[in-house]
Amino acid sequence: MSERNDHKVVVPIGPQHPSLKEPGSFKITLDGEKVERAVIEIGYNHRGIEKACESRNYMQALYIIERVCGICSHAHTSCFCQAFEELAGLEVPRRAHYIRGIVGELERLHSHLLWLGVAAHEIGFDTLFMYTWRDRELVLDLLARIGGNRVNYGVNTYGGVRRDLESELMADILRVCDQLEEKLKYYAALALTETTLIARLKGIGVLTPDDVRKFSAVGPVARAAGIMADTRIVEPYGVYQEIAVTPIVDDHCDVYGRTLVRVKEMLEAIRLIRLFVREIPDGPISVRAPRKLPVGEVLSRVEAPRGENVHYIRSTGADMPDRVRVRAPTEANWHGMSHMLEGFQLADVPIIIAAIDPCYSCTDRAIHLVGGGINQLTDWESIRLHSIEQYKSRGIDPSTIKMREF
Amino acid sequence: MGLLDKAIAWGEKKSPWIIHFNAGACNGCDIEVVDALTPQYDLERLGILQQGSPRHADVLVCTGAVTLQTRDRLKQIYDQMSTPKFVVAVGTCACTGGIFDSCYCVTGGIDTVIPVDAYIPGCAVRPEAIIDAVGKLLATLDAKEAGK
Repeated sequence: MSERNDHKVVVPIGPQHPSLKEPGSFKITLDGEKVERAVIEIGYNHRGIEKACESRNYMQALYIIERVCGICSHAHTSCFCQAFEELAGLEVPRRAHYIRGIVGELERLHSHLLWLGVAAHEIGFDTLFMYTWRDRELVLDLLARIGGNRVNYGVNTYGGVRRDLESELMADILRVCDQLEEKLKYYAALALTETTLIARLKGIGVLTPDDVRKFSAVGPVARAAGIMADTRIVEPYGVYQEIAVTPIVDDHCDVYGRTLVRVKEMLEAIRLIRLFVREIPDGPISVRAPRKLPVGEVLSRVEAPRGENVHYIRSTGADMPDRVRVRAPTEANWHGMSHMLEGFQLADVPIIIAAIDPCYSCTDRAIHLVGGGINQLTDWESIRLHSIEQYKSRGIDPSTIKMREF
Repeated sequence: MGLLDKAIAWGEKKSPWIIHFNAGACNGCDIEVVDALTPQYDLERLGILQQGSPRHADVLVCTGAVTLQTRDRLKQIYDQMSTPKFVVAVGTCACTGGIFDSCYCVTGGIDTVIPVDAYIPGCAVRPEAIIDAVGKLLATLDAKEAGK
């Protein structure tokens, strides 16, 4: 399985591998047990979602967007709907915002529980894996009752939500919150006191605040380095404009910090769900949405469980988007991956990879990352110069157009 | 049927080992496959174990529409499995290509690359459906044996 290269051993991992459920390929150059160089090859899950959206009308595109990722499907549709609503000038009813918030936080709970299980599995702590996945079923049952499906619930639509929450269901949500809170407190205590767990997670996969800025990491990876990168707080949207989220940061900068952030975020999600259920106003759950969008472009940001999710739509006034861009959180977090792996033991590789909660199906947007370091990145100005040259070759001179500030 | 063949057939029926491969799924079916192995549904009570290596596995549990990048890998993994081997296509995408059919990077269902023994439709497949399909696949093994 391995090949020799200048007295160093190169171990290829993947794309089919036992630890993660998705295909990704890693070429790890080892010096003894130490990882000297890590080369990441992704793109196995590239299905051409952006192109698929551009060749379908908006209603059909929403179903494609929901299937960008099966774990954070609600975050993706929320982001896409939010972009659509902004461009169409729709006023979403308050009740719809609250329902989106409740489902979004339930999704965060199930995603983080899933992550905690997978991370525990990577360090050989299979008991915790089974415990968390058992508890996750409580959330999945709720989501199945809300949307009718366990994974892609299809709650969002343009202009609001498709499913209303009955008072009986909301009482059940509160009941499950009570049950889960008890278990989550146990996991939080476990993460803070269990010495073997701490010894296994502390000090590995380090990404300092400077690195976070350099590699533009998002979500729990950034928050574990003390950087408050949470779209719900930095740029509140929907229900978060009315109900504030408590910032959760940590200064460990390593895998342990990411674990703490996620466990605390689950407790925060429970607090938020309780608040949402208590404060939810009566009223309609959706407004009528147009079939076509006016000419324009829009960028929308939503905090998915893994970090900031960015969707872009450009419309030419037709019933189909002219361009769709999906920047999922894992895509931002991959850039620092080689840096996080280098210098650590081979045995730590699975947990370091798992610590960013990678979601390949979210990420694979025709990207081929080879090697580490920021020399791979192209800055905004050179992309602009490149595009100007491209247009000039077609006889158009766009150099007088001013850059749009975001 | 020799003694060894009998032992293999018995083992396969009583304790099929599975390997899971994501050929380009959205993750939805994959987490449901893992879900079927965890306490709530617990496929392990039927003797089913998840394996890391294709060489140890009897059943290839495949999710997702096959993308151009995974196509060759999927074929390699199938070839590495020892006979007799079975393939279960989990999810609508794995059955036909589903919502991703006609995307430029997608070849279609699993059966466009390797032969499939059982299809489980659904987006995403529920763990109950996976257990049902596994039961039915094992029943066909019984029927095959009776036929012999």
